[in-house]
Amino acid sequence: MLSEEQVARIAELARLELTPAEALAVREQLNGILAMIDEMKAVDTTGIEPMSHPQSAMQRLREDRATEPDRREAFQAIAPATEDGLYLVPKVIE
Amino acid sequence: MHNRTLKELAEALATKETSSVEMTRYFLGRIEKLGKPLNAFITLDEERSLAQARAADLRIARGEAGPLTGIPIAHKDLFCAKGWRTTAGSRILANFVSPYDAHVIERFGEAGAVFLGKANMDEFAMGSSNENSHFGPVRNPWDLAAVPGGSSGGSAAAVAARIAPAATGTDTGGSIRQPASFVGVSGLRPTYGRVSRYGIVAFASSLDQAGALGKTAGDLAILLKAMAGFDARDSTSAERPVEDYPAMLGSGVKGLRIGVPREYFSKDLAPDVAAPVRSAIDEFVKLGAKVVEVGLPNQHLSVPAYYVIAPAEASSNLSRYDGVRYGHRAAGFTDLRDMYRKTRAEGFGAEAKRRILVGTYVLSHGYYDAYYLQAQKIRRLVANDFAAAFLECDLIMGPVAPSVAFDIGAKANDAVQMYLADLYTIPINLAGLPGLSIPCGFGAKGRPVGLQVVGNYFDEARMLAAAHAFQQATDWHARIPPGFEKE
Repeated sequence: MLSEEQVARIAELARLELTPAEALAVREQLNGILAMIDEMKAVDTTGIEPMSHPQSAMQRLREDRATEPDRREAFQAIAPATEDGLYLVPKVIE
Repeated sequence: MHNRTLKELAEALATKETSSVEMTRYFLGRIEKLGKPLNAFITLDEERSLAQARAADLRIARGEAGPLTGIPIAHKDLFCAKGWRTTAGSRILANFVSPYDAHVIERFGEAGAVFLGKANMDEFAMGSSNENSHFGPVRNPWDLAAVPGGSSGGSAAAVAARIAPAATGTDTGGSIRQPASFVGVSGLRPTYGRVSRYGIVAFASSLDQAGALGKTAGDLAILLKAMAGFDARDSTSAERPVEDYPAMLGSGVKGLRIGVPREYFSKDLAPDVAAPVRSAIDEFVKLGAKVVEVGLPNQHLSVPAYYVIAPAEASSNLSRYDGVRYGHRAAGFTDLRDMYRKTRAEGFGAEAKRRILVGTYVLSHGYYDAYYLQAQKIRRLVANDFAAAFLECDLIMGPVAPSVAFDIGAKANDAVQMYLADLYTIPINLAGLPGLSIPCGFGAKGRPVGLQVVGNYFDEARMLAAAHAFQQATDWHARIPPGFEKE
């Protein structure tokens, strides 16, 4: 069972602000979901190779050369705030 | 016009019975006239659609038309399309206009298809009811009180109501097959890697796969041929030739071995779904196939494993929405971290938040082995079950969902109940296999039932041929919801 502190910690790691009411509801929902997941935790999987991906093929490699065109203007046109080709965020260093 | 297959629509264009502009106006008109209560579309752009239709008409006049040239197709709002608002059903992308095309959108563009509009969906493809859209729920054309399924609910409802000839979708845990089943259309999720994921808003990258929804298996064959193929921009795109699915539709089912998992017809399956599914399998036997019993002993572990793997991948994929480069940014905040927190709190809906939190937890320090690693081992067991079953059969058949479409609101407050209803579709995603749903009857309250056909890796041609044989012998796929039959 997740404690209130654990829920707050997870929300902080996920960068999600939760209101006190939300945190309360989320805690109950998360505990319900984790209880459902617990069925899986009880299975003995000693010696089973984890499957991270449906394909066993190796990662493809390509020639080490730039292929992407410069689309800075198109991409920055949809940003919330830019200046002189840079993305603006609140000050992080005093 | 509204009930014609893609092939018939192409013929109407080739013989000059109609033009692409007229056809596009016709379907936009149906969306306007009949589509309102369904809420199947998030964005329509008549001018853009008609510009493409005019270009298609010129191409047809030059004698350069392909099987999709001039035909309007709806796209799930998870596909980035240059100049189109691409929302993924989320507030956080509500004003995002994509600067580029997804590979699938490029392919349809090259084929000369007309972009009919952006179909509604569960936020970030997370949901089985289409109730999780920031743009409101989609309703089932068979019964407006019922959900259309999800997450490709808008695509499914649009095809069922004949307000779109066909639509694209994506399927991470059943998001094409389950809505196809709930609204009585045909839907195909191809093998993982068959269709490029480039430009599809990412949910769970080792499970996501694009596919299509249409009225018939023949339509799906045409759509898959257009969508499939290698794309270097998706590192998991399969480097193998695309088969001529439409040309292989007539292969029939004589001698085909149909595996029916003994675990499928259990107490979890509603009797009004079990009966039409069994009758459909009997129909295949009449057509010359034979049934063999197979076992999928680990399938009951699929939902728990999926709800570790999918949220884990989602929490990672959705970390990109930070209010810096695109999408929503909160108005008031104290510092950078607070901007992230508030932006994401405002931008994501309840289900997306739940999955981000579950994913963050299972990946966090000290829990990784017990959850994520264990889930990956279970995933192997599930895939091994299928590999063993396919030694004894060519296709696996069974239900898509344990019940017919449920009422809007019925499960909205119980996430776990909603998750557990995906028990027949999720194992296929974990294994990376192709699966399709075709209409096979009706259950309680006259709501549609789908038959699931699962193939071995890259065996889409055989699946489509079997579905086609069934549709030649039955007419479930030709039923139109009341109120949507008229021209």
